[in-house]
Amino acid sequence: MSTFVEILKAIGLAVLVFTFLAIVGAMYGVYFERKISGWIQARIGPKHVGPWGLLQTIADTLKLLQKEHITPRSADAMIFNTAPIIVAVAGLLDWVVIPFGTAFGRVLVVRDINIGIVYFSAMASLTVIGILAAGWSSNNKYALLGGLRSASQMISYEIPLALALLWAAMLAGTLSTVGIIEAQRGGWFLFKVPPFGLIAALVFLTAATAEVNRMPFDLPEAESELVAGYFVEYTGMRFALFQLGEYAEMFAMAAVASILFLGGWLEPSMPQWVWALLGLGALALAAFIRFSALREVLLVRPILALAALAAVLCGLMVLGIGLGRTPVLPSMLWFFVKMFGLVFFLMWMRWTYPRLRLDQLLGLSWKVLLPVGLLNLLITGFLLTVAR
Amino acid sequence: MGELAAFLILSAVILIPGVIVVTSRNIVRSALSLVPTFLGVTGFYIMLQAEFVAGIQVLIYAGAITVLILFVIMLTEGGSGVEVRQANEQVPLGATAALWLAFLMLLVVLRTPWSLSPGRPPAYSASAIGSAFLTNYALIFEVTSLVLLVVLIGAIVIARREE
Amino acid sequence: MPKVLLDWLYVGVFAVVGIVLAGLPLAVVWLLAPRLPLPQKRLTYESGVIPFGQAWAQFNVRYYLFALVFVVFDVEVIYLYPWAIVFRQLGAFAFYEMVVFLLILLVGLAYAWRKGALEWV
Repeated sequence: MSTFVEILKAIGLAVLVFTFLAIVGAMYGVYFERKISGWIQARIGPKHVGPWGLLQTIADTLKLLQKEHITPRSADAMIFNTAPIIVAVAGLLDWVVIPFGTAFGRVLVVRDINIGIVYFSAMASLTVIGILAAGWSSNNKYALLGGLRSASQMISYEIPLALALLWAAMLAGTLSTVGIIEAQRGGWFLFKVPPFGLIAALVFLTAATAEVNRMPFDLPEAESELVAGYFVEYTGMRFALFQLGEYAEMFAMAAVASILFLGGWLEPSMPQWVWALLGLGALALAAFIRFSALREVLLVRPILALAALAAVLCGLMVLGIGLGRTPVLPSMLWFFVKMFGLVFFLMWMRWTYPRLRLDQLLGLSWKVLLPVGLLNLLITGFLLTVAR
Repeated sequence: MGELAAFLILSAVILIPGVIVVTSRNIVRSALSLVPTFLGVTGFYIMLQAEFVAGIQVLIYAGAITVLILFVIMLTEGGSGVEVRQANEQVPLGATAALWLAFLMLLVVLRTPWSLSPGRPPAYSASAIGSAFLTNYALIFEVTSLVLLVVLIGAIVIARREE
Repeated sequence: MPKVLLDWLYVGVFAVVGIVLAGLPLAVVWLLAPRLPLPQKRLTYESGVIPFGQAWAQFNVRYYLFALVFVVFDVEVIYLYPWAIVFRQLGAFAFYEMVVFLLILLVGLAYAWRKGALEWV
């Protein structure tokens, strides 16, 4: 009967993770995206619904729930209806192997699958099928073209993604996500075997951005080119499910990047004086902004807030190291800081680079990232075995 | 008991979409029904505790091969949703042959004394597989790369000839 | 229950729960939203123009070639996964085996590149 108990636990965790993703990933992910996009574009973003516009996405969701589901007459209804669910579930399933931190001596992960990163790669592949199904079943030229292009893009970038994952697995000697984090106790993989760690991280981030169809790789969804591509015929909540899947996958990619290269939930092990220096720097920046004319500029205020938070964080670290606590701050905090940092970076990239044309996009993957990824693997492998 | 239940559920997940693949008139629906079939086979691999094989089954079959099949379908006549009609006068003959074959196979299966081997299944972990093909089966491993090369070149030659 | 079975049992439950929970908003919409399938609403979208012609793309071999090259390299990647985690224990020859494997496939990539299989236009 313990199987039954395990099934109940699994159901509970699934509901928990799904809720977390729906709220943090989809709702607040969209909110942050809009706020950050606005900030980069020198405007404010949502501000009316709730304090600082925090309830904006809730309002949007409530609105979407009341929108009619229109199925085009010539669409294949069965496939048309299941496609959004495939994409949403594939995005959700990514999260089974992502560890959030440690508590009470156990790692907080749904299941530490032995082949964790193979599983992650496989779930990313399943999204492609949902997208193809959506594009085709809409019976719409734009949707079909968008679906085919999106699928081509995603499959082209899966190989460099896998190569970057492999690089980290090579250093860690294991395919499990928890194992990879544990192997970084002596230093983050980003800085190991320089500069190949950096190269692998760059390959991963580029491939990850392309996998989730984000700018500058979002040609298949581009509003101005293909009228939202493969989900042009989807209305209301079905459209929202696609977005949920995409945002969940984007957050998952950011989380995996932090697992592979930034040490996941491990605390950065820097000496006390480095933290003190960083803290003082952040404090200086915050003070400068606060007490100069800059504080009038609305757009600089987020920097002020972030600098203040960074100063607090560094201060706590200094205090903690002084008191001899290891680790100082809870591991979940570090995980979220790293994940959100990368998500911010992805959102920042969106408005920094112009959109790549499809042939440039595919050329980048096959002609640049693939050879670079392979070379990276081979050179690192050489250094690790033959040259020791 | 749980194993039997899992086996039955997985068999249903494999066979019912399998029947849809063969009988559906809508070719895209056929192709998409392959996905639950592949995922069911993944389940069987899990039941045998062959975890790595299960992972690559999803990765390759459900991820790559289904996409390849769908691309080809969507870019040819079948992609327009035109229903394929099987006009076949040999259905009775085919059905008889199939039933006979099924009968013979069932006879063989039911009459063979399948002995359960004692002990646990061998290690199918990724590291065990890796050690195996890098040491004992190294030649096969290298030949596989030649096979893949031939596949790549051959398919490109054929596809380019169409132009 | 062995760890492997338990791990993937969780995955299976996650998939089922995911399907149910993803279907929940759809069910809510089915309850709340109006349903008035007028023929104009159900026309295929084509930027305001009445759509014409079948909605299928011209056969273009380039999609197929990309998918094909992808399958071949995906199979190569699945050989890389076990290699990556054991080659350090097995010594230098394991590394060189993989170099040979990858070189052969790089020949294939070069061939595909030269023959324009990786071009979009």
